[in-house]
Amino acid sequence: MTHLLRMIVEPGFFGNAPVRVALLAGGVVALVSGVVGMFTVLRGQAFAGHALADIGATGGSGAFLAGINPLWGFVGIGVVAAGIMEMIGIRRPRGRDVATGIVLGAGLGLAALFLYWDATFSNTTGATISVLFGSMFVISGSTAGVIVVFSLLALTVVGLLYRPLLLSSVSTDMATVRGVPVRITGLLYLLAMAVAVSLAALTIGAILSTALLVGPAATALRLTSKTGLAVLWSGLIGIAATWLGILLAYDSFYWPPAQHGWPVSFFVVTLVFVFYLLAQLPAVGRLSGARARRARNGG
Amino acid sequence: MFSGFMVNTWTVATIVAVVAGVVGFFIVLRGSSFVADAVPQGAFAGAAGASLIGVSTLVGLGVFALIGALGIGWLGRRSRQDVATALALVVMLGLGALFLSLSVEYAPEIYSLLFGEVLGVSTSEVAPVAAIGAVCVAAIIVMYRPLMLSSVMPELGEARGVRSHRMEMCFLVVVALATSMSLPVVGALLIFSLMVGPPAAARSFTSKPLLAMALSVVIALATVWAAIAASYTSNWPVGFFVGALGAVSYGTGRGWAAWHRTRAARGNARPLAV
Amino acid sequence: MTDLDEEAATSLDAGTVASLSGAAMTAGQHLTGTGGDALTVDGISVRLAGREVLRDIHFTVRAGEFVGLIGSNGAGKTTLLRVILGLQQPSAGVVRIDGADRPRHAPAVGYVPQKVLLDPDMPLRARDLVGLGLDGNRLGIPLPTRRRRQLIDEMLRAVGAGLFGDERVGNLSGGEQQRVLIAHALISRPRLLLLDEPLANLDIRSEQEIVELLARVAREQQISVLLSAHEMNPLLPVMDRIVYLAAGRAASGTTDEVVRTEVLSKLYGQHVDVIHVHGRILVVAGRGDGPAEPVGEDGAHCAVPDWL
Repeated sequence: MTHLLRMIVEPGFFGNAPVRVALLAGGVVALVSGVVGMFTVLRGQAFAGHALADIGATGGSGAFLAGINPLWGFVGIGVVAAGIMEMIGIRRPRGRDVATGIVLGAGLGLAALFLYWDATFSNTTGATISVLFGSMFVISGSTAGVIVVFSLLALTVVGLLYRPLLLSSVSTDMATVRGVPVRITGLLYLLAMAVAVSLAALTIGAILSTALLVGPAATALRLTSKTGLAVLWSGLIGIAATWLGILLAYDSFYWPPAQHGWPVSFFVVTLVFVFYLLAQLPAVGRLSGARARRARNGG
Repeated sequence: MFSGFMVNTWTVATIVAVVAGVVGFFIVLRGSSFVADAVPQGAFAGAAGASLIGVSTLVGLGVFALIGALGIGWLGRRSRQDVATALALVVMLGLGALFLSLSVEYAPEIYSLLFGEVLGVSTSEVAPVAAIGAVCVAAIIVMYRPLMLSSVMPELGEARGVRSHRMEMCFLVVVALATSMSLPVVGALLIFSLMVGPPAAARSFTSKPLLAMALSVVIALATVWAAIAASYTSNWPVGFFVGALGAVSYGTGRGWAAWHRTRAARGNARPLAV
Repeated sequence: MTDLDEEAATSLDAGTVASLSGAAMTAGQHLTGTGGDALTVDGISVRLAGREVLRDIHFTVRAGEFVGLIGSNGAGKTTLLRVILGLQQPSAGVVRIDGADRPRHAPAVGYVPQKVLLDPDMPLRARDLVGLGLDGNRLGIPLPTRRRRQLIDEMLRAVGAGLFGDERVGNLSGGEQQRVLIAHALISRPRLLLLDEPLANLDIRSEQEIVELLARVAREQQISVLLSAHEMNPLLPVMDRIVYLAAGRAASGTTDEVVRTEVLSKLYGQHVDVIHVHGRILVVAGRGDGPAEPVGEDGAHCAVPDWL
């Protein structure tokens, strides 16, 4: 038994400082992404979430250029982009889709420019890779602290807006009649989402943070009918995928063909997708609704 | 700027702009910007994989773009469209991350796949790009009416025998083809700006669908030409100019539409003859 | 958003507004203060994109009354309801609820919209949706207190949704969803309940059940109900009064007063016949001696008569 555990958890796994930081920061980020992501999926804003993450790359590459901690670049640009998206403020889903796309396109254009400058002037090789695909094992302790603070902030916003968000996801008209300031709620939520995806971008990379935002939430939808429980599940699934991913990446140092380990992002994304597919099995679907229906028809 | 190897660049860029303008018109109409963003990004992973096993980049792009498009269609049957798109995208990108870490690809090459490299178009690339481009435009012309119907009113389309899911699949394949041919030129992250910006702008200027499509091609051409010229002179990445010009043309379109609307409203403020 | 209205309401009293807009009252209907009226719609006009959708609409709903808002698709029913709720800005006119100038987002009004996104994949149970009617505007996560649970259970039972309170709303049938939405609207104890086409897409049995449920609620709890529908027959047994909307204008009164050949012909601006068959009422357009056909959407495009 101990032997098997040894084989899975390589000796030194928990003794390794970067691993401990990665576990902490990755876990917190996964939790926030899962919780925030549940509303992203319910509100049909997956594209906006993905766009904010991609635009985060602009901030990340800009930060490399300016020589500041990429975290600030990611979060700063995310908040700005969320503000612009809300300002364009189109309510029709298709119009919103286009507006998001335009902001994204412009942001990526800037990212291209910044990365080009990164490569030309500051000679930081690997900026592209690190910005786009994350760098979980090189997060410093102090950065991890800032990540935790921002995470708590995003969680607080979503916790406070829980009911207004839920109601306006069902129907903005019903929410307005019930006294919910729909636009402010939407903007605050978009900001919380920008923070969440920026943090995820920092750990598993800008273009993969969408996985943590959407995957666990889409999986959790199938597991329960209770909203609160679904939010909790979403966070837990994200954490599970991240921690398992870190473990596997650590193990993979000894895997062929390369001698430098497989990327964490790959494992996290694959695990998220596997969880999602498992949740699509008919047996799981029964958890979420058919049980009550059967009881009702029987009684 | 127009000498020797640049001729190939101009030719390919022109083909890309025409295809992006035509295909993009339907992307905006159907509200599938996310798909237009996801397919190229996913295809990028294919390019990384192709270089790992040593086959042509174009093959890798094509295969992954197709897998991505079909994956989105398949997943879209069991969950929301945007969730399906996001999941298909991240799975491909996850593979891309793996391929990149396993291969010994140099960073600049990845960078050019993501953000475009107009100056490196070889003569052998022109023919396949032209062929795929022709197929895309032909496919859109053939599908024009049923695609239009199922984009605007899916229920009505179904009633007339247009299967909206089948239409979606066909359209996704066209997007995949257009992507794989354009990607080496404007890059994975920005082909999408070209497919969304010009058509979205064109839509603000006219209500006639065919005219909007033509206008969208014109704006796309102007964007690409200007971007290449600017990139050539400044040496900055072409993707930056495409993204910025896309946003500018969209902003201009929105502004023009708003100005037109206020003028019309003021005109109507006088009592409506009853 | 409401600036214009508030301005109009403070600077002009009801009488002035009525005479300014040059409107006479609808049949048997006078603006005599707003004492017992749950809702007063006074001279509402709405322009959307330069087109006049509603033109000078007047009617009142008294406390505990069940009023049907009848009109074909595109007649402007949803727009009118949205104006009453303050979700849509009218170009002229005033809405008073309980005699007060429209209190925006007042809990005094319950609303059941026509299109609600209730996907089966939404992890939201019937009782959660009803709970959001109670405190959906509050910050923070709802604490599962006993009182809250009791209130929700009571409400679910009152609308006959007790058995499926723990199911996903997205998995419920159309009629069941309507019950849950009505519970959502009622749990904040409104004085006035607005429903937009609650009978659309229901089978005949659920249609009857919902109508009976609403009539019972109106009677027992003294809640005024204003319900829009394109078909008046299911409502005939319970409707106290009718507001008939056509060509952007409205006629209101009892069914016998309004649903008559002369009144509706004037409203539509073309000759229509009102035919009573087996206790049901049919409104058909007759053009000279041509074949009669049901009055459809084209009503909205007819010239507005200078009537009443």
